[in-house]
Amino acid sequence: MKILLQNLTKKFPGRGKKSSSEVIAVNNFTFEIPDGKLVGLLGPSGCGKSTALNLICGLLKPTDGKIFFGEDDVTNLPPEHRGVGLVFQNYALYPHLTVLKNITFPLENLRGADKLSREEMEKRALEAAKLVQLEGLMDRKPSELSGGQQQRVAIARALVKSPKVLLLDEPLSNLDARLRLQTREEIRRIQRQTGVTTVFVTHDQEEAMSISDMIVVMKEGVAQQIGRPQEVYDEPVNLFVAKFLGTPPINIFRGQVSGGRLYIGEEAVLALEGTTDREVTVGIRPEGFIPREDGPLTCHMTRVEVMGRDISVVSTHPCSATVSIRSIINAESMVDPDARTVRFSIKPHKLYLFDSETGERIPFTARVC
Amino acid sequence: MDNKNLKGWLYLLPAFLFLGIFMIYPLIDVFVYSFEEGYNSASQTFSGTGLYNYSYVLHDPYFLQAVQNTLLLVGITVPLSTGLALLISVALSSIKPLRNLFQTVYFLPYVTNTLAVGLVFMILFKKTPYSDGLVNLLIQTFGGDSVDFIGGPYWAKMFVLCFYTVWVVMPFKILILTSALASVSQTYYNAARVDGTPRWRIFTRITLPMISPMVFYLVITGFIGAFKAYSDAVALFGTDLNASEMNTIVGYVYDMLYGDSGGYPSYASAAAIILFAIVLTITCINLLVSKKHVHY
Amino acid sequence: MSQKTNYQKIEKRARAGKIISNIILYTLLTLWGLIVLFPFYWMLLTSVKSYGSYNAEHVPSFFTLSPTLQNYVDAFTTVSLGKYLLNTLLFTLSTTAIMLAVITLAAFAFARLDFRGKHLMFTMFLSLMMIPNELVVITNFTTITNLGMRNTFLGLILPSVTSVFYIYLLKENFAQIPDELYYAAKVDGTSDLRYLRRVMIPICKPTLITILILKIIECWNSYVWPRLITDNPDYYLVSNGIQEIRENGFGRENIPAMMAAVVVISVPLIVLFLIFRRKVMAGVARGGTKG
Repeated sequence: MKILLQNLTKKFPGRGKKSSSEVIAVNNFTFEIPDGKLVGLLGPSGCGKSTALNLICGLLKPTDGKIFFGEDDVTNLPPEHRGVGLVFQNYALYPHLTVLKNITFPLENLRGADKLSREEMEKRALEAAKLVQLEGLMDRKPSELSGGQQQRVAIARALVKSPKVLLLDEPLSNLDARLRLQTREEIRRIQRQTGVTTVFVTHDQEEAMSISDMIVVMKEGVAQQIGRPQEVYDEPVNLFVAKFLGTPPINIFRGQVSGGRLYIGEEAVLALEGTTDREVTVGIRPEGFIPREDGPLTCHMTRVEVMGRDISVVSTHPCSATVSIRSIINAESMVDPDARTVRFSIKPHKLYLFDSETGERIPFTARVC
Repeated sequence: MDNKNLKGWLYLLPAFLFLGIFMIYPLIDVFVYSFEEGYNSASQTFSGTGLYNYSYVLHDPYFLQAVQNTLLLVGITVPLSTGLALLISVALSSIKPLRNLFQTVYFLPYVTNTLAVGLVFMILFKKTPYSDGLVNLLIQTFGGDSVDFIGGPYWAKMFVLCFYTVWVVMPFKILILTSALASVSQTYYNAARVDGTPRWRIFTRITLPMISPMVFYLVITGFIGAFKAYSDAVALFGTDLNASEMNTIVGYVYDMLYGDSGGYPSYASAAAIILFAIVLTITCINLLVSKKHVHY
Repeated sequence: MSQKTNYQKIEKRARAGKIISNIILYTLLTLWGLIVLFPFYWMLLTSVKSYGSYNAEHVPSFFTLSPTLQNYVDAFTTVSLGKYLLNTLLFTLSTTAIMLAVITLAAFAFARLDFRGKHLMFTMFLSLMMIPNELVVITNFTTITNLGMRNTFLGLILPSVTSVFYIYLLKENFAQIPDELYYAAKVDGTSDLRYLRRVMIPICKPTLITILILKIIECWNSYVWPRLITDNPDYYLVSNGIQEIRENGFGRENIPAMMAAVVVISVPLIVLFLIFRRKVMAGVARGGTKG
C-alpha cells in the first residue's frame, strides 16, 4: 500500500488561555511512501514526527491537507477503517490479559462477514507470534515478560490483523542498548518477511539509518529532507540535517569564501568555484580529515583516542563552532599523540558549505589546488 | 537509651491515652455488657451472665424490622449507586467542555449536612393537608396517584430512603471513579481505537478490568457505609424511627441506649456486636470475591 | 470508485455517531446535575417565600415574585440557630485543633523516633482501624455520663480527638522525608520538637491540610454523638439543632423558616468547598470515606 501525504498540516491550540498562539506540530508536509518500504521518521523530540504518525493512523485529524492510502482519500476516516497496525512507544499491552489474549484482541473486534471463530483467531495469533518468535510465551501476562518480549507482543498484536500499513512509535526507546541492536534487526526482518509498508518514528539517527529504506528528517514540523539514508548523509540539504546525522557528529567551523578559496581562519583549506565570496558555515565529517604534515588546516591537539580499527583525533581550532573537533582516521596513519599541533588536509566530498544566515547548503565544485 | 524510650512514649502518650479510654476499653467493655443479663443502668448492677441479651435482640420485632430495612437499603443502594457512579464517571471522562463544572456540582452533596438537606428531601416528598408536595405533583402530571412518601406505605418510605442515600453517597463514588479512570493511560484507548474496538467492548474489556480494584474498594466501603446507615433515616423520618417502621440496625442500637426507649446498654451492645459480625462477614466475602476478579 | 463512496459513508456515520453520543452524554450528565442541584435550589427558594404564601400554594411554584428575608430573621430569633452555629464552630475548631496536635505527635513518634515496643504498638494501632464507631459508642456514652460530662463541650470533644486512620496517613507521609534531613538537623543541634515544627510539618503540609479539611467536614456534620451526649439545647450542634427545630421549633410546620435555617447551616461548608475546591476534592479522594 502506497501512502501519500499531501500538504499535511496539524495545529494545536496554544497552551495559554488567552493567547492566540497555536502550536504547528506538522507544517505543510508532503511525502510519498512507496509500497512495501520501511521508512523512518527522524528528528529531535518535539519535531512533530509522532504527530505525523498519529495523523497517518487516524488518531489525529489534520488541520489541513490530505492523506491517501493507495488511491483512497482516508483523511477523515476513523482509524479502525484504515487497516493500520500501530505499535506504541510504551507498547500499551493490556496488563490484565495474557499474551494470547492481547494478540487476539484486535481480531475479536471483527464483525459481520469478517467475524472469525475462536480457533481461527488462535491460529492467526500463533502465526503472528511465530513471526516475532514468541511461541512459548502465549499464556504469560505482560508483566512477566522482558522489555524486548513485550515489544514483540506489541508488534504481533499490530500484525495479526494483516494491516496494510504498520506504524511504530519510538519502537526501541524503552529497550536497553543491547536489545535495541537486536530488536532493530528483528523489525527489519519482520518487515521484509511480511512486505508490509512500515513507518517508524525515532529520534535516534543511527537506528533510522541502519534499517530504513528511506528516511525523513524533520524539524519543527517541517520535513527537511527525504531520501535514502546514505543519500541524506552524503548530501544534506542544510546545516540541521548535516548536524543531525552521523556519529560522531559533523564538525562545524566559521569560514569565508574569498577569491575562489575557502578560508578557515587564516588558512585556505580548499580551492573551489561556483560560489560567490561570502561568510559561510563549514561542515566537515569526521572521516573527511586526512592527517598530513603539510595539510592546510592546523589544529591544536588535545588527545588521541584509539578505537582499534580507527583512531580518533580530538583537537581544537579557534574558528571551530564546537568545543572540540573530532576526526576519525585510519589507525595505520601515523599521528604523534604528543605533538602540540596536528595538520589536516580535507576530502572535498566530506566538506559542506552552508549559508551562515539561513543554514541552507551552498553548492560548489572543488578545484585541485 | 532509657531516655530515648521515654521520649518515644511521651510523644505517643496523648494519642494512646485517648485511644485507650475511648476505643480499647470500650471495645472490651461492649462484649462484657453484651453478656451481662438484667443490667440496671440506674444502679449499675446485673443479675447474671449469658446469651440472653442476644436472644432478646434477635427476637425483638423492632430489631428484625431494622435488619430487614438495613438489608434492603444495602441491597438496593450499593449496586445502584456504584453502577450509576460508574456510568456518570465514564460519561464525565469522555467529555471535555464543562467537565470541571459538572465535577464541582456533583461533589456538593458531600459537603452538606445530612440532617439539614434531609429536611429538603422530606418537604419535596411529603404530602401534607396543604399540599401534595413537589414529587407528587410530578407523579400526578404523568397521570399517577399521589403517595405520601414520608408517612405513607412502606415501599414509598423505603424508596425515599434509598433515593436520599444514593444522593448522599454519589459524590464520593464519582470522585474516586473519575480519578481511577483518569489514571488509565490514554494509549490503551488509542490502541483499542486503532483496532476498531467498539465502545462497549473498550469499556468491558479494558476500562473495567483496569479500574476494578477501585470498583471493589467502593463496593466494600459502600457495604460498610450502608450497613451503618442511620442519620439519613433520621433526617427523613424524624428521631422516632421505630414508629415509622424505618429504623436501621444502628438506629436500633442508639434507641436501646438512649432516648424514649433507651436505658438498655446490654441490648444495645448485643445488637452492635451482631451488626459488627454481619459487616465483618460481608467484608470478608467481598475481599474473597475481589481477589478472584481483580487482576493485579 | 465504489470504494471511495463507501469511505464517505463510513466517515459520515462516524461523525453522526460522535454527535449522537455527545448528546446522550450531556443529557445524562445534565440530568444528574439537576438531581443534585434541585434540592439546593428548592431550599433557597422556599427560604425566601413568606409563611403565608408558602402555605397558600397547593401546587408549589418554581419561583417567587416577592422574596422575603423574614424567614432568616425568624431563624435567628425564634429559635437559637445562632447559638447552634456558634457551638458547632467552637466544637469543630477545638476538636480539629486538638486532634491535629495529638496525631502529629503520635505520627512523629512512629515515623521518626526509636523506642522499645514501637512496632508492636503500631500494629495495634493499625488493627484499631477496623473497629467501627458504633461498637465503642455505647461504653463511651456510659463513661461520659459517669464522668458527669454530659452537656459539656469536653464531653462532646474528647472522644473524637484521635483518629487512627489520620495517624497512619500522616505517619506514611512523615516516613517519606529522607533520613538525611533529620541527621543534618541533629548535627546542627536541632531538637526533635523543633525539627518536627520547622521541617516535617512544613514538608507535610498538604497531608495536614487534607486531614484538616476532612475533619472539619466530619465535625460540621456529626450528629450521633452530640445527640447522645446533649439534651440541653444550649449545647446543641447544628445537626441536633435542625432536628430540634424540625420537631419543636417555629410552631407548626413553618417550613420556609426551617429552610432558612437549613440554608444557614449549609452555606459555611459549601463556601469553604467552593474556595478550596481542588484541595477538598484531592483530600477526599486520598483519605475520605463516606458512602
